[in-house]
Amino acid sequence: MKSLSFHRLPGADAMSVRVQEQDFDVSAELALMRIGNPKIGAIASFVGVVRDINEGDSVATMTLEHYPGMTEKAITEIIGQARGRWEVLDALVIHRVGTLKPTDQIVLVIVASTHRGDAFAACEFIMDYLKTQAPFWKKEITPQGARWVDARVTDSRAAERWGPVEKS
Amino acid sequence: MITLLYFARLREALGTGREELALPSGINTLGALRDHLSKRGDAWAREMADRRNLRAAVNQDVAAADTPIKDGDEIAFFPPVTGG
Repeated sequence: MKSLSFHRLPGADAMSVRVQEQDFDVSAELALMRIGNPKIGAIASFVGVVRDINEGDSVATMTLEHYPGMTEKAITEIIGQARGRWEVLDALVIHRVGTLKPTDQIVLVIVASTHRGDAFAACEFIMDYLKTQAPFWKKEITPQGARWVDARVTDSRAAERWGPVEKS
Repeated sequence: MITLLYFARLREALGTGREELALPSGINTLGALRDHLSKRGDAWAREMADRRNLRAAVNQDVAAADTPIKDGDEIAFFPPVTGG
């Protein structure tokens, strides 16, 4: 499943993971995935956005910390798991780090497939696993001070509903 | 030497994000290392004992307490993740 799309560098794997401070352009990323790959019949995308209220407190800004190296490795493995379950022609995950404010985009997941069922399912699977497996940590700045966000049980349940995942 | 990394709440509570350490003799699992580090003082004892809120990775793979460790490994301790 290598180099199915022409927009990547020669020899590069079609699947991409980017961790970056700067914002991303969803339309541009969707277009890049589509161009040069006539096998694609469906593209599903998800954008995560910073909310202004969490746990009842207003959030002024948020800082995202990550574990460089392991983050990319963990997300690449999650995409690999998705490829094992569904037909994935191409996939892209962009996750932002640094300081973000409400309404900012945090994360983008795009999955291209032949048909919509596989694209939807793989996109949701990648997002559910990213939330419980990829080493990112959010710190919120609220009027009451700064606090590290606690992991949610609902996120663990969302990932668990996909059943056991084989370690690649 | 092993490389130890601490992230997020642990980094702040322990006052360090990275250190190089000679692997103490007799310490050959992640759990043994965790217990060794917990003897460094109050913050260390507290953070390393809070198993519910402590995760670890060996060479960038999530690892359990019985995971073997050896000289040259990169070992990270961190809270449950909250990205996305």
